[in-house]
Amino acid sequence: MSERTEEFRERVLAAAVEKTPLRIRGGGTKDFYGNAPAGELLDTTGHAGIVAYEPTELVVTVRAGTPLAELEAALAEQGQMLAFEPPHFSPLPLWERGRGRGGDGGAAGEGIGAAPPLPQPLPHEGGGEFRATVGGCVAAGLSGPRRATAGAVRDFVLGVKLLDGKGEVLNFGGQVMKNVAGYDVSRLMTGALGTLGLLLEVSLKVLPKPHAEATLLLELPQDKAIEAMNRWGGQPLPLSATCWSDGLLTVRLSGARAAVVAARAKIGGEEVADAEGFWRAVREQQDDFFSGAAALWRLSLPSKTAPLALPGGQRVEWGGALRWLKSDMPAAAVREAAAQAGGHATLFRGGDKSAGAFQPLPAPLMQIHQNLKRNFDPQGLFNPGRLYAEF
Amino acid sequence: MASAEEHRQLTETEIARLVAGLRRILATDSLLVAQEDLVPYECDGLTAYRQLPLLVALPRTEEQVVAILKLCHELRVPVVARGAGTGLSGGATPVKHGVVLSLAKFMRILDIDPVARTARVQPGVRNLAISEAAAPHGLYYAPDPSSQIACSIGGNIAENAGGVHCLKYGLTVHNVLRVRVALIDGTVVEIGSEGLDSPGYDLLALMIGSEGMLGIVLEATVKLTPKPQLAQVVMASFDDVIKAGNAVADIIAAGIIPAGLEMMDKPATRAVEDYVHAGYDLSAEAILLAESDGTPEEVAEEIAAMCAVLEKSGATDIRVSRDEAERLKFWAGRKAAFPAVGRITPDYLCMDGTIPRKHLAHVLTRIAELAGEYKLRCANVFHAGDGNLHPLIMFDANIEGEVERATAFGGRILELSVEVGGTITGEHGVGIEKVGQMCAQFSKEELAAFHGVKAAFDEHTLLNPGKAVPTPRRCSEYRLTGTAKG
Repeated sequence: MSERTEEFRERVLAAAVEKTPLRIRGGGTKDFYGNAPAGELLDTTGHAGIVAYEPTELVVTVRAGTPLAELEAALAEQGQMLAFEPPHFSPLPLWERGRGRGGDGGAAGEGIGAAPPLPQPLPHEGGGEFRATVGGCVAAGLSGPRRATAGAVRDFVLGVKLLDGKGEVLNFGGQVMKNVAGYDVSRLMTGALGTLGLLLEVSLKVLPKPHAEATLLLELPQDKAIEAMNRWGGQPLPLSATCWSDGLLTVRLSGARAAVVAARAKIGGEEVADAEGFWRAVREQQDDFFSGAAALWRLSLPSKTAPLALPGGQRVEWGGALRWLKSDMPAAAVREAAAQAGGHATLFRGGDKSAGAFQPLPAPLMQIHQNLKRNFDPQGLFNPGRLYAEF
Repeated sequence: MASAEEHRQLTETEIARLVAGLRRILATDSLLVAQEDLVPYECDGLTAYRQLPLLVALPRTEEQVVAILKLCHELRVPVVARGAGTGLSGGATPVKHGVVLSLAKFMRILDIDPVARTARVQPGVRNLAISEAAAPHGLYYAPDPSSQIACSIGGNIAENAGGVHCLKYGLTVHNVLRVRVALIDGTVVEIGSEGLDSPGYDLLALMIGSEGMLGIVLEATVKLTPKPQLAQVVMASFDDVIKAGNAVADIIAAGIIPAGLEMMDKPATRAVEDYVHAGYDLSAEAILLAESDGTPEEVAEEIAAMCAVLEKSGATDIRVSRDEAERLKFWAGRKAAFPAVGRITPDYLCMDGTIPRKHLAHVLTRIAELAGEYKLRCANVFHAGDGNLHPLIMFDANIEGEVERATAFGGRILELSVEVGGTITGEHGVGIEKVGQMCAQFSKEELAAFHGVKAAFDEHTLLNPGKAVPTPRRCSEYRLTGTAKG
């Protein structure tokens, strides 16, 4: 056991004795996400570094406190990437700027293509406080524009090493692509917001960067854009991202050069000049859509769902399966609309989180959640209430 | 913690209550109790293990499944779910004092949605039937295990089935959006959604590959993928198995993710060629099949790139399929590898370890040494792209001691997979076959965590007991006879 792991273990054992909950935190870039963090700070950023990376195996194993930007840079050197394009939220999303939290003060009017460069880690007061870590990325389980076609964080998690609430170091999954030995605990940890254990290391599947990319812009109203995204999704086209906002549909194609050229002719529209900047701004929530004071809702819905008849600004991503809504309407009404459409709604930021950030679970599923929590963290030490108030 | 062996035998009165209760739920022909009717259910694809169940229930409706589960839960009777029975690890092997719950009558495709690109199906629907139903819309269901003509989607979900195209298109876990599940007490829950994610823990991932131990799938929504316009395959020969393995790494290093990337050694190609005449190069020590799919332009670009890499990696012969018929012929050999080996030996065991590919040379050398040690032949079929190795150990069950030697040889291969940083099962599941080797891959704390996951869904250990996760006692026994992790 490494010295750092031993330190974490002692910390967990002490917390168990003192019955003091722990708030697991990497770079703190997703502090806003979920319910309010509680407990004594357990900083993972010191537990950093790439443990193993062999490009031809398409697998990388990383300590949880490693800056996400550092991992992405190492992969880029080998022409590879994290295909789920995780958001860093460092620098802070536009809606967090100027809230006196040490963001780098970008003006609210900063437009598409002008986003600060990533993935350079940014110096910040508080010793790199705002640097997204790999552990935080997996624990939050948030994916970016490529998600609809490439898959989510959970689809690329192959294995985890974690510290459970009893101070045991446990390994699940592994460093290989296919593994069905035992229950899929690695994926269970993904998106669990640290409530089931302290991630020590994660193994991720990585992919080669596409040989060619092109981004096209089309003028379309929301309903037509949703139709088009679903229609294209059913054809063998190399789609890798879609985003509709304010009457404009932006489409990214990625793949073999010949495939991108052929698909570009088929889809039409104008080529976007600073495509990289555009998608970075979408992923990092740096563009104008994310300004303003209204609560921001994230709705995950069946892709063909018609435009929501809800008041407030809307953005559509993931081929129609992800809808952002800026609205101060009551939480219950947003959740009801999402459930009616066959999906769920998360109060992503702002608004009144007193009823919880996430869609409430039916009683039998809540019971299973509580049983699982008790299995991995019997004393309820890790991130209490962060996912649901019940555990 | 209860386990299969700890499940008590039911008294005559309890059995009578169970049968009477089931008769109220099911039509007469949907409840099998006579020994001759039970025999077809005594094993799945792992025929070396056989066990007659107490009885077999063949419900037709969800209400019946729920009522059966409630009754079994109340009487504390174990329940083993069964799909098409094609599993290779004994996941559906009956429990002596338990009920086999066959989902064979749940055969309806409920909906194909060409716009959302999803299929809503009952668990007994065959894997290939989904693709057939989606074909008019230019769509298909991507995971394609070799048994896809026969295996059911419910079984695929239980085992997290793979196939020859999963490097590019993923496993079952990447292609299922939602399941409706009956828990052991008869509660029905929806897990996942027709969107891309759900609130809370990823219970969908937990359910997929759980070998029927957490719940019974009543219905599933799966993702459909647009059918590529064209597919073409390159067949490359190598005079050395290791060179072939290195060529796989070279293809990946060139930034190519082929739609399929398979390898066979000489014993495997020989067996196959005699059987299906796929046109394989029998002078080669190993052959690689690398497929490209997509638009015609894309395929042409990728095939040219792969040929260049293979040539540089020392291929002695390279052939590209000229048309769809030839492509299918090249694949027919690979897909028939198991039955082809079955023709040249009275019995065989199929192993399923996954290894980091860089250790291929070491692992194949060790397998050859072990074959000498156990005096048995072994052919190797390899999902080379994702490191999933299927050594086929040939033996004759009628020769005394060969079953034991073959089993021991197989066990050594699995332990070897763990030693090099891999896993004892890539896509076939643990079942009863590899439950011992789980003690080699996991510590007792990790196994306890698995038991805890099981208990979170099924506190009395009634669903498929004794499978997949060994009891501490089983591991103590295993440790006395073999290697194991602390």
